[in-house]
Parts: sequence; structure tokens; C-alpha cells
Amino acid sequence: MAQARTLFDKIWDSHLVDVQEDGTCLLYIDRHMVHEVTSPQAFEGLATSGRKVAHPERTLALADHNVPTTDRSVGITDPESRTQVEALEANVKAFGVPYFGMDDIRQGIVHIVGPEQGFTLPGMTIVCGDSHTATHGAFGSLAFGIGTSEVEHVLATQTLVQAPAKNMLVHVNGALGKGVTAKDLVLHICGVLGTAGGTGYVIEYAGDAVRALSMEGRMTVCNMTIEAGARAGLIAPDQTTFDYLAGRPLAPKGAAWEAAITYWKTLKTDDGAHFDRVIEIDAASIEPTVTWGTSPEDVAPISATVPNPADARDEGKATAMQRSLDYMDLKAGQPLEGVPVDVVFIGSCTNGRIEDLRAAASIAKGRKVADGVQALVVPGSGLVKEQAEAEGLDEIFKAAGFEWREPGCSMCLAMNADKLKPGQRSASTSNRNFEGRQGRGGRTHLVGPEMAAAAAVTGHLTDVRKLT
Amino acid sequence: MEKFTVLTGVAAPLPMINVDTDMIIPKQFLKTIKRTGLGKNLFDEMRYDDTGAEIPGFVLNQAAWRNATILVAGDNFGCGSSREHAPWALLDFGIRCIIAPSFADIFYNNCFKNGILPIKLPQEQVDALMDDAQRGANATVTVDLEKQTIQGPDGGTIAFEVDPFRKHCLLNGLDDIGLTLQKADKIKAFEAKQQREEPWLATPGAMA
Ligand code: SF4
Repeated sequence: MAQARTLFDKIWDSHLVDVQEDGTCLLYIDRHMVHEVTSPQAFEGLATSGRKVAHPERTLALADHNVPTTDRSVGITDPESRTQVEALEANVKAFGVPYFGMDDIRQGIVHIVGPEQGFTLPGMTIVCGDSHTATHGAFGSLAFGIGTSEVEHVLATQTLVQAPAKNMLVHVNGALGKGVTAKDLVLHICGVLGTAGGTGYVIEYAGDAVRALSMEGRMTVCNMTIEAGARAGLIAPDQTTFDYLAGRPLAPKGAAWEAAITYWKTLKTDDGAHFDRVIEIDAASIEPTVTWGTSPEDVAPISATVPNPADARDEGKATAMQRSLDYMDLKAGQPLEGVPVDVVFIGSCTNGRIEDLRAAASIAKGRKVADGVQALVVPGSGLVKEQAEAEGLDEIFKAAGFEWREPGCSMCLAMNADKLKPGQRSASTSNRNFEGRQGRGGRTHLVGPEMAAAAAVTGHLTDVRKLT
Repeated sequence: MEKFTVLTGVAAPLPMINVDTDMIIPKQFLKTIKRTGLGKNLFDEMRYDDTGAEIPGFVLNQAAWRNATILVAGDNFGCGSSREHAPWALLDFGIRCIIAPSFADIFYNNCFKNGILPIKLPQEQVDALMDDAQRGANATVTVDLEKQTIQGPDGGTIAFEVDPFRKHCLLNGLDDIGLTLQKADKIKAFEAKQQREEPWLATPGAMA
């Protein structure tokens, strides 16, 4: 009998083009997503060396990081942002790469658009010059972020030089409690693993609590895998996956769909396959979770208090914690619930999908954004926005005093005009709370969409379970 | 890509853990469409105040380390985003070698692709080099990739590990793409096999 293999092993093995003597592999890449920030230098490299894009049809380009989320008819006012988007537009033309432009309803954040279009499918290798490519692993594909030199390599050859990763299993037993979401789960996992805990690994998420998640929830979990240091996270495909993909524009149709499903059903870890590390998590023990510091591992249940650096595991961590608390203007021992916020951001590739907007709207409905709080809702794509409007979610948000914006990355990384001012504090559904991530001097608390909406209507970090 | 053979230079100490890519090069500098010119904004938020004036305490603003070519840092260096602007900024400043107990994966890979040598060493050895680095311009360090050694200012030698293939590419300044294109036949054969076995992969639905 063949050796028992993990899901990662199976995808890896089926994409090997060549294995060098030293074990370095040449891996075939099925899908490549390209955005404006990490691609100009790659196209520049191709042009200088007279190379072509090997497989434009396996490539999809979008502008998302720099696009304005307000009225787009005036174009992009910031000259540098405009230059990057224009460079992408010129490059996709010159190299014949499919592109969803800023006025295309399908435009949005790469990691939202790929799955939404069925560009992302189980069992694939998927890359993008963006660390949150891990999102696509929710479909049981091996998806990871690459640097710009690698973007150029994939464009030119449709392959990538890689060393195999180690296997980690994160097994989440039981069921998530009421008011506890996929975001809380992944924040909790980041806290358990630490930001370097996953380095060198690909993480497979399994267990009842993971099976119970919708595709949106699974994408939220896989999305933040990179925050735990692992390049890719994956979840074996099942009926939930197939139901999500059926009928998507770029998904296979007819006989090809049937053949694909038959194959996709084999995409799971064999019994007895070896994992280099196994983590067990009890879903029922997780509360709605927030970050208190400037690293995604700095998490705590909303009912907890700000931790004390004196209790840190070592001196390096204690120093980092103190620096975080100073930056965040928080005191050890202070309750997290009740910390006042200035800005609420609902969106990003972590939580900018339709289910996230529905969840946030369910809290916003019939309530008002607290005085002095600015609350933004930025759908992850034009199609998410359209769907939300069809369901009347925009009206709920607007009636409650939220701003309803055009799709893009927005305040997740503040490369466009949406930024925190120095000293402002946000509750944000994005994925990174690094210093200055949402604007220089800005302070970020990462939360799920319900918790963000709860913070918006109360004006401070709030246990959403008290509002439902 | 510039070859990396033997590097002798000043090492700058940066005794911080989890130095992330936003610290190395904040996102407002990612808007460039070129690879060069980022060195002046390396570590921008630690290096300059709100008015753009240098913060005198920051290591790279001090006379002894202005021309550092080596960086000695704490655990998990380069965590965060995949931005290759981070190694470009380091390289443009003149840093060709980074020594730390551990690195984030993507950053680590990106270094090799840009002619920068990242070296992982046990904490005690990093601590010793950190002490050496504190001595500034009087204490140069020599990194010899061929021999895989680091020679400290007092003559002590530390050996380091490096993947042989990456070493070969770095020593010869070899471009990955050229190497891969030599395997075009194998790539073609793979595509033919995939076309037979998983035909839906090769042709995503029509993209208008
Ligand atoms: S939403 Fe944020 S994390 Fe996601 S791709 Fe955009 S900038 Fe990156």
C-alpha cells in the first residue's frame, strides 16, 4: 500500500515538475494572481530580459491596494497610487494578462475575487505576490504568498522553485460558542502558536469546528495563517466547498465538473499520515477575541484584562510587550472591554465577504454609531457590494451611521486615502495590528465583524454577546 | 544579481525581536514601481521623526554604523508581509548580510533572490556578534560564503549553514529564471500530463 500522505503532501506531489539532487523542487503553479503593488518590478524584469508571460490564461490581475473607496469617477488623485495602477494597466496590456479594471463589477481584493470567480479550485497550487494568498487554502488548495522576484519567475515559467514545508495539524474539537466566529478562532490560534509558531510549516485545519464553518469562515481562518508564521493553511474540500463553487464563472462545467468533483473527493489526509506537529484546540473554550498589542499573537478574550509584561515568558517578549502597551496607550490590568475607539473598519480580505457584512449588519440593525466614532464598511469586491445592496445591508449600515464604500483593501493597510490619524484607535476586522499599519501612530485592535459593529455602536470594545 | 563571495564590513546591532516588514520599509514607500532608491527610507519610522529629522539614537544614524553592510538582529526577523521592498531597501542602503537566530520564511527567500545572505545562528552566537557589533566601526566582521564562516573582530570564527543550491546561485550571481527555463522540456511534459488528468485546470472558464 502507498504511504499515508497528508493533504499537503498530495498537492505537493502532484505538482512536482522536477526535484533536484539537494531536494529543491520545481513546482508547477496552476493559478497566479497579480496586483499592482508587487508586480511592476516583475513585469519590468520580464521586459528587460525579453521574456513573455508563459500562461496568461492562468493569470488574473487586479488593482486593489491603492484604489479609492470613495467616488471613482474622478480617478485616483494620489499621484503615486495612480502611477502603480497605471503601470499595472499598461503591463496587462503589453503582456496579454486578463484584468478586472477599477470600473468592472468583478473588481475587488484579489483574495476575495479569486474564490468568488471560481478561479480558485481545490487541489491547485495558487500564488500571488501577497502574503494573504493563504486565504485560498480554504478550498483545499496549496496557496501561498511570494515575493516580486518569484512573481517574475511564475510569470515567465509558470513554476516556482520551492523547498517542501513541514506538516502541522491544527485540530479544533467541539463547537464554537454563541457569538464566537471564525475570526475569534483564528485570533485564538495566532495567540497559541505565536507569530513565528508556524514558520516552516503548512498548517492543515481540521476537526468538527472547522468542518462546521462556511467557506467564508474557512477563508477567514486560512487568511490569517500567515500571521502565525506559516505560509499556507489548508482545509480539505467537502460538500460545503463544492456547493460554494458550483456555477462560479471560472469553475469547470458539465462533465469537467463531475470529473473534478471525483478528484477533489480524494483530496484529504490519509488515516495515519504523519504530521510534524499537532495542536489540539477546544473550540468551546474560545470567547470573542481582541488584540491588545502590536502583533497578531497579542490576543485576549474580550472579558480579560490587558496582560502584564512582568508575566511574559522571557525578557525579549517582556520588552516587546511593554513597547506594544506604550504604543497602544494601554495599561497592564486594564479591562479590554470599555477601551474607547475612534474608528471602526469592517472589510479586508479577512472579513470583507458577504457573510461578514451580514454578521456586522445584524448588530448594526436598529442601532446608531456612537458619537465621535467613524465607522467604515468596505466590501471586499464589487460583487459583494452588489449582493449586500440587493439584501438591503447598505441601508441598514447607512441608517445606523456607517459609511458605505467602494471595494478595495482600504484601511487594512492604509495605502489609499483611508487612514487612522496619529493616536486614533480602531476596532478593525483586518489582519494586522502592526505599528502604523493603519496609518502612522494609529492603534489597531483586531476583531471579528460582529465585534467591530458592536464597538461602533457602543463607542468602545464590547463583548458582542451582550448585544444579541 | 550581484555575486556574494566575501564580505568585510561594519555590522550594525539591532537587538529587537520580531522586526517586521512594516518596520523595515513602511508601506508609504511601496508605491514605487522601481527596485532602487528605497535605502533612504529603510527603517523609516525608527530612523526619522515626524518632521523628517534623523532620530540620533537609532543605530543607522550614528556615525559608526552609517556604512554598515551587515545587520545583527533578534528572533523572527522580517516577519509580516511578503513585500520584496524590504530586501530591496536593505540592499539599497548597503546591507548584504543579516544575522539572526531566525527569519520569517518569505523574507528569508527574498533575501537570496536579491543577493543578500541571511544567516541563522544559535542565540548565543548571535549575542556574541551583537556585542561585537556594538563596538561599531572599529569592529569589522568578515563573512565568507564559500567557506561558510563568519570572522569576528577578534579573530574568532563561527561556522554557518546555507542551502547548497542557494549558495551556488549567490556565489555566481545566478538568475533563477534562466536556470528554470533550461528545464522547459520537463515543464512541457508536466503540462501535457495535467491536461490529460485534470483538464479543468489548464483552461479556466472564459474570461471576458
Ligand atoms: S485586504 Fe489587507 S491583507 Fe488583504 S490583500 Fe488587501 S492589504 Fe493585503
